Amino acid sequence: MIRLENVTKYFPGMERPAVNDLNLEVGEGEVCVLVGPSGCGKTTTMRMINRLTDPTEGKIYVEGQDTSKMNPIKLRLDIGYVIQQIGLFPHMTINDNVATVPLEKKWARSKIKERTNELLKLVGLEPEEHGGRYPSGLSGGQQQRVGIARALAADPPIMLMDEPFAAVDRITRARLQNEFLRLQRELNKTIIFVTHDIDEAIKMGDKIAVMREGHLVQYDEPGKILSEPANDFVANLVGKNRSIKRLHLIRVNEILGDPTNEVKMDASREDVRAIIDEDITATAMVVDEDRRLRGMVGRLALEDKEGDRAADLMDEIPDSVTDDATLNDALSVMLEIGEGFVPIVDAEDYFVGTLTLNDLLEQVRGDRGAA
Amino acid sequence: MLLRLIKFLIVPVILLGIGVGVVYYVVENPTDSMVARMLTYDFIITSLEKHLLMVFVSMLGAVAVGIPVGIMLSRPSFYYPGKVIENVVNVGQTVPSLAILALFFTALGLGFNTAVFALWLYSILPILRNTYAGIMSVRPEVIESAKGMGMSPWRILSRIEMPIAYPIIIAGLRTAIVINVGTATLATFIGAGGLGDMIVTGISVRREMVTFTGAALSAVLAILLDYIVGRIEKSLVRWS
Repeated sequence: MIRLENVTKYFPGMERPAVNDLNLEVGEGEVCVLVGPSGCGKTTTMRMINRLTDPTEGKIYVEGQDTSKMNPIKLRLDIGYVIQQIGLFPHMTINDNVATVPLEKKWARSKIKERTNELLKLVGLEPEEHGGRYPSGLSGGQQQRVGIARALAADPPIMLMDEPFAAVDRITRARLQNEFLRLQRELNKTIIFVTHDIDEAIKMGDKIAVMREGHLVQYDEPGKILSEPANDFVANLVGKNRSIKRLHLIRVNEILGDPTNEVKMDASREDVRAIIDEDITATAMVVDEDRRLRGMVGRLALEDKEGDRAADLMDEIPDSVTDDATLNDALSVMLEIGEGFVPIVDAEDYFVGTLTLNDLLEQVRGDRGAA
Repeated sequence: MLLRLIKFLIVPVILLGIGVGVVYYVVENPTDSMVARMLTYDFIITSLEKHLLMVFVSMLGAVAVGIPVGIMLSRPSFYYPGKVIENVVNVGQTVPSLAILALFFTALGLGFNTAVFALWLYSILPILRNTYAGIMSVRPEVIESAKGMGMSPWRILSRIEMPIAYPIIIAGLRTAIVINVGTATLATFIGAGGLGDMIVTGISVRREMVTFTGAALSAVLAILLDYIVGRIEKSLVRWS
């Protein structure tokens, strides 16, 4: 899909090349993360793919075509582009921002309108509520969603993303990352993703290209980067606590068993007590007819509260995690709410089970055994 | 819609009312026969016409030159010339308007054309400077993302840079108009006519009423034109 052959880039007035004899191949539907310290040439590499910068030497092929022989404007129209500072057009409404590339491609007005609405919904914004606003009226996270919607507008097969989530706070970032991965599973784009954050790289990438001073140091799957770093540089980048980093690689739904501590709203006190006594979490999760999570009952509540049915006994749920989050996300929520477990819901908000600290320990232990 | 039209018209109507009221009052109630001989409807209207003509011709010319040159200087390939010219323009702005008129009448002679030329040159400065500054104020990441999405340089200029720069460009236009209307009263010194005739003659024959009429009319004119351009800006720019 994208192939770089012996690509070298010298900027005028610089002795050392920004990118040095780089070879890289990214397959269709893959997320390739370029990671490395600042100045390692990752952004330059990305910008050469849509010809915002031209390589000094070497060839770049996109879908088999030599980009140096293509019209750069045409090339860019078929490559989505997202940057850290977002760069929304301040004088245009959100709708008009998203419609940029379709407009450049001279789509029909009705088709553009339809597509804009579809995309805003896709990235979790309300077309009626947000579409007519100007970028200054949106939060940073919302602006970044618009940035992604805008890049997806004309359904380009390839996306280039330069630290797209670096400018938002940690919690928003984790949410955007998860949503983006969910989107990617549907859309299956070929993505070049630049970041300096190795955790993000491990979480987002199908393949990770570690770069240093213009060279490609290692190009491998995230698991391999963790288990077999090519040299000290990669090992240092990955850091000491690799077992914890591995939690980035596993999603909750990959290890979650069937729910063991679920009770209905009208379950009796005895039923609830039975669950609490038996289950490792010592807690019962109360769901309604639609399998939506309504509350939970712990041992304390069972002793303190009056009433005979689960609905009378339950407390509020402190927090929950979606099943496509990584184990690391689930762990940080557990630490935040101060419990050894966290209830899991799916994308439609139905209760699917409870993840415990023990499940996480087993994973880490399993890795040790394997390694 | 109607409400907006009324809101738009209310200030111009008041200003026109003041202008017409002043003219009517001074022509009908001259303080003496000399004032009566000078302040006729005919004389006032001719002066006003000449004044307006000077302002419009020089402003049109200034817009026609200032905006395109400002755009050109903002192109990356003109980065250094742009910085140099920006400074030259800033220095030019500090030269007093009367000196500009005096400078050109020695070279071009007396008369209406010289006045228009000097006004034109003087009005280019704020327009050019603000066009340049407006376009340079567009944030680099906005340009970068537009470029990365496949907009051509021409499309980036017309769809992104110019619309974002409009408020600043129009602010330059308003500065230019106010300066222009004021400076045009000095054109009388090189025999170009206009409202300055009234002011200067009034001073030399010590008839305050005549001076007052000329001054009041040029003030009303400046406020009126500034207001109109300001409203145009508001209708163009909805986002900031």
